[in-house]
Amino acid sequence: MIQFRDVRYQTILDIPSLTIETGGVTAITGPSGSGKSTLLKLLNKLISPTSGSILLDGIDLSSIDSVLHRRDVVMLRQSPELFPGNIRDNLVIGLRFRKNQLPPDEDLLAALQTVRLEKALDADTKTLSGGERQRLALARVLLLDANIILLDEPSSALDESTAKVIFETLTSYARDHHKTLITVTHHADFAQRYSDRVISLVGGRIVEGGAV
Amino acid sequence: MNTILQLTPVQVGLAYIFVLLVLLFLRLTGIRREKELLISSIRMTLQLILVGYLLVWVFANPHPLITVLIIVVMESFAVFTIWRKFRKVLTRELTRVIAGAMAIGTLSCITYFLLIVVQANPWFNPQYFIPIAGMMIGNSMTGISLAVKNLTEGMTVQRNIVEEALVLGATPRDAAREIMNGSFDAAILPTIHSMVGMGIVFLPGMMTGQILSGTDPTTAIAYQIAIMLGILGSVSITVFLLIQFGYKTFFTAQQQLRP
Repeated sequence: MIQFRDVRYQTILDIPSLTIETGGVTAITGPSGSGKSTLLKLLNKLISPTSGSILLDGIDLSSIDSVLHRRDVVMLRQSPELFPGNIRDNLVIGLRFRKNQLPPDEDLLAALQTVRLEKALDADTKTLSGGERQRLALARVLLLDANIILLDEPSSALDESTAKVIFETLTSYARDHHKTLITVTHHADFAQRYSDRVISLVGGRIVEGGAV
Repeated sequence: MNTILQLTPVQVGLAYIFVLLVLLFLRLTGIRREKELLISSIRMTLQLILVGYLLVWVFANPHPLITVLIIVVMESFAVFTIWRKFRKVLTRELTRVIAGAMAIGTLSCITYFLLIVVQANPWFNPQYFIPIAGMMIGNSMTGISLAVKNLTEGMTVQRNIVEEALVLGATPRDAAREIMNGSFDAAILPTIHSMVGMGIVFLPGMMTGQILSGTDPTTAIAYQIAIMLGILGSVSITVFLLIQFGYKTFFTAQQQLRP
C-alpha cells in the first residue's frame, strides 16, 4: 500500500491524502502541467517531497535507501534516454546496474516481443524510430521484474492501435505477475478501460479517485 | 666551453622583439588581443623578477617555516586560479573538493619525491623544494581545471542520461561513471602525450633551463625523467581524488540529482 500524507512538492503538487493499493493497474490522468510526472518521480524517489511523507507498506520513503527503492519501484520516463550501444546493451543495462546475471538472448527477445518490437539484439539504437525507442525502454523496464512499475505516458510516441496492444499486454502482465502498475496517460478512454482505478490531477490536486 | 653566458638586462630586453612582432600581427589582422598580450608580458616579467629576488633571499636564509609558507601560498593561488576560472559553475562543495584534492594529491607526491627520490637534506631545502613543488602544483592545477571542466559540463549536458540511469536503479557512481572516466582521461591525456614527444619533439623547460645554466645534460635528464614521473603521479592523484569525491557533489544525500 502506498500512502501520501500531506505531500507537497514545491508549488507543483499538493496531496493532503492519497492511498494507492498495491496490485493491479492505477491510471493517473490530467492535463499537462498537472503534476502527473512529478507524482511518479516522487514514487520512484527521483525527487523527495518538499514537505509531508510518502509511505510504502507503512515505511517512510525518506528512510529507505533510494537506490534499493528504485530497484523495487522502477520507472519508465516520459522521454526515456537510450544508452550508447545496441539493443542488447540497452535491454540489460538495468540488470547490470543491479550486478545481476544477464539473461539469455531468448529472454531478451521475448521481452522485445512483449512490447511488439521486432528487431535484432545487435541492431544499433540509432536506427530506431521514436516509437521503437519508447518500446525498447519499456521492455528494459519490464525485464527488471520490479514489484511496482511506474510508466509515464508509455504510449505517447505510439499510434493508437499499437498503444492499445501495449496497454492490453501491460495490464495482463501486471495481473498475471501480481505487479503494481501505475501509469500516467492522457488517453482518458484507455485509463477507464484498462485500469482498476483512476486518479485525476488538475493543478497539482486530486479531483476524483483518491483513496480507493 | 663550460662558462655560462650570463644574460644582461639589455639582452633580455632584446627578446621583447617577439612581443612587438606579435603586436604587429594583431594590429594587421585586427584581432583585439593587444591589451591582454601587453598585460601578460609585463606581468610575466615583473612576477619572475620579483620571484627571482625572493628566491635569492630564501636560498640564502633557508628555514622550514618559510618553505611551508611558500607552499601554502602556491597551493592557495592554484586553487584560487581554478575557482576564478569556474566560479559560475562551482558549488561550495565542489570548491572544497578541489582544494582538498590539490592539497592531498600534490603534498603527498612532493613529500615522496623530495624525501625518497631526491633525498633532499634538509627536507625543506628551498633549492629543491620550491621548484619541484611548483612544477607539481602547476601541472596538477592544469589537470584539475580540465577535469572540473569535463565533469561540470558532463553533468549538465548529460543530466538526462544520468537521471535515466538512476531511474533504472543505478547508484550515483554508476550513473556518472562515463562522465567520470571521460573527465579523468581528458585531464591526464596531455601529461601522457607530453611524455611521448619528450626528447624528440621538444626538450622540456626544466631540463633546458638546467642545461643552459651549466648542468651536465645527463644530470639534467635524470632530474627531468624523475620530475616527469612525479608530475604524472601528482596530476593523476589530484585528478583521481577530485573526480572520486567531486561527482558526489552533484547528488544529494538521498542519491538524487541536485536541482
